[in-house]
Amino acid sequence: MSGETGMSAREVILARIREALRVPAPLPHGLAAESQSQVRQPQQRAAVTTSGAASAGISVAHASNRLPTLTVLPEEVARPWLPDGGETPAERLQLLIENLGKLRAIVQQVPDLTAASDYLLTIARERDWHRVAWHPHPLVEPLLAGVPCATYRVDAADFDKNALESCDAGITSCEALVAQTGSLLVSSATSGGRALSILPHVHVVVATCDQIVATLADALHAAQARHDGHLPSMLSFITGPSRTGDIERILVLGAHGPKELILILVG
Amino acid sequence: MIVNDSSAPSVGHPSAAETQPPRLAKKRFLHDAAEHVRDTGHRAFVRKALSGYYASRDVQKARFRDWEHARDAASLAKWSAVNQLDELLPRFVANFEANGGQVHWARDAEEARTIVLGLVRAARAKAIIKSKCMTSEEIHLNAAIEAEGYGVVESDLGEFIQQLRGEPPYHFVFPCMHVRRDEISDLFGKHLGTPPTDSPEELTMIARRHMRRLYVDADIGITGANFLVAETGQISITENEGNARLTAALPRVHIAISGIEKVVEHLDDLAVLLPMLATAGAGQPMTCYNTLYAGPRRPGEADGPEEMHLVLLDNSRTAILADPEQRDSLHCIRCGACLNVCPIFKNVGGFTYGTTYQGPIGSVITPHLRGVADWNHLSAASSLCGACTDACPVRIDIAHHLLHNRRNAARTAPNAWEKLGHRLFAMVARRPWLFGLGGAVFRRTLPLLKAVRPPLLRDWLASRDLPAAPRQSFRRQWDHRRSQQPAASREGSA
Repeated sequence: MSGETGMSAREVILARIREALRVPAPLPHGLAAESQSQVRQPQQRAAVTTSGAASAGISVAHASNRLPTLTVLPEEVARPWLPDGGETPAERLQLLIENLGKLRAIVQQVPDLTAASDYLLTIARERDWHRVAWHPHPLVEPLLAGVPCATYRVDAADFDKNALESCDAGITSCEALVAQTGSLLVSSATSGGRALSILPHVHVVVATCDQIVATLADALHAAQARHDGHLPSMLSFITGPSRTGDIERILVLGAHGPKELILILVG
Repeated sequence: MIVNDSSAPSVGHPSAAETQPPRLAKKRFLHDAAEHVRDTGHRAFVRKALSGYYASRDVQKARFRDWEHARDAASLAKWSAVNQLDELLPRFVANFEANGGQVHWARDAEEARTIVLGLVRAARAKAIIKSKCMTSEEIHLNAAIEAEGYGVVESDLGEFIQQLRGEPPYHFVFPCMHVRRDEISDLFGKHLGTPPTDSPEELTMIARRHMRRLYVDADIGITGANFLVAETGQISITENEGNARLTAALPRVHIAISGIEKVVEHLDDLAVLLPMLATAGAGQPMTCYNTLYAGPRRPGEADGPEEMHLVLLDNSRTAILADPEQRDSLHCIRCGACLNVCPIFKNVGGFTYGTTYQGPIGSVITPHLRGVADWNHLSAASSLCGACTDACPVRIDIAHHLLHNRRNAARTAPNAWEKLGHRLFAMVARRPWLFGLGGAVFRRTLPLLKAVRPPLLRDWLASRDLPAAPRQSFRRQWDHRRSQQPAASREGSA
């Protein structure tokens, strides 16, 4: 393009985008039919109810003929269409356990932290762990007392990736548990950084039942509320133990991340 | 169990296709397609690999309370973002920079390569680990890095296998779906010195053991990005193996490469898009790891990179944006569902396309990315069945875009013979007496045509047979049948 000489790459790309968007695009395929006439009206801010989504009320407002904005978030509208997240705490607990089972994660419900500590002792002996990694957290620390092997405490002051690599298991807390998909939301703030929940061969998560939320969106909202606008540098939905299907599309657990995902659910 | 006992399929090499003179892309496509279609062992192998996907995809789709409406919501989220890209991209960049990340803008592949090489040199990198990133395939990054004397290792199992084989990905989600386990066993034996095995699990563990030290020792981790969240300045990376998590956790520098079209406005949009991406693409409720990164390690966090860079790549995406009719092809979330259901993909295989992005969506966007004249033949490789449009979780009308590409090509580079043919047909079809005469001539000369195989029919007849000619024209048969039918039933059906 002739007018681009002397402009930075950023300016050029943004100019190309502005130029390209001068012509409006029709609504997505399957949603366009009923609303075409309204989409083309440039001035008035008309709420356009799309044909496909009319019953549940997805609406699209056009401030101008090229700046469409959704007046309702797609997620709010899509909520009743996405997989069920459960209405009551009991339903959510059941869904979470069911979904984690299908993902081949291990779930152990325990009444209190003492029982959690006993369970950790059992699995550590069963698996013959030599060293486990952990991070300071009110749910994690009490469990370490009974562990029959060496421990490595992950903290910001002196992080040693080689030490972490030599650990058999990593024990962390989490931000939230998602009933809808069986996902665990971990973060660099509440799960001992980025590597603790991914590098050791086994990932043990300690959580309480009141951390269970219905949907992925609820989990993100919980994290946003907890960190008050200063989101941690990493937020990760973990949905089952690490897996791959790259060889003949046959499922194998433990590709690069943990081979086992164990959730200790307290309360 | 179907075991492919034919020899390894011959494959076209996309990077070779890119450097070759124009028009050869089409020749190569026709040649490779013909080879692949004859390789029934390979086709059976690919179909078997996909059969498990169909089953699990249907199970996961059924868990949605309304999959079709969820597609509406997903498509609107992407439509809204792409049509506001002029506002959302700067908003994303401002928030990403506020999080401590550094943004680099690249107009084209060369500029992107130069930026990444500059970062690699500045970091004095000794070892580079990389997780799956299709934009890096698009700009041929590995070759550029290696040409500078640096080593780069693909950590995704499928990409690692392809790297050892010296091949690009066969499928942009399942890179080595065409490779048999015994071939992988031989490959690992040759490069890693491991004993032979026919267990996919054992093969996976070989790669796992090999890679672990590399994550710890690498100075630079390179990843892609699936979504850029404007309101929070986070990038979202979707994966199953954990290799992207490790790549973004342990090296000192994290470089992510992303197309500019990956922006979504709200964090909440991912609550719709992530499960749909996993269900449509891999038949999973969610892929194993869906991770949001907001800049490098923060004070107080145990680990993470000291620097995080993001390369924002245009590389003709703005040309697609400028076409309102096909703008929605930028909604693509690269789930690969359209490849998995495409009869063409399943029969000609991934390499035949000669493109970074294979299958129906690749056929739509490649002419924009690399030129209509050389790549429009891909849009003719379609059965018009529409399976791609039905499969797309964000409702891109892929099947019609293939037709749009054909129309655009006919406008820009009209084929004189084709035009003449259509004109002749129109002339004949408008004159019933001539149409009838033509039919009569064809019915009588059909056996002769089969025997003589004139040039225009030769290609078509090479793999097909003509039906036997009917004795009478359709119109004659129709009139005859109606006259046989009782009058009452004729009225009833009318």
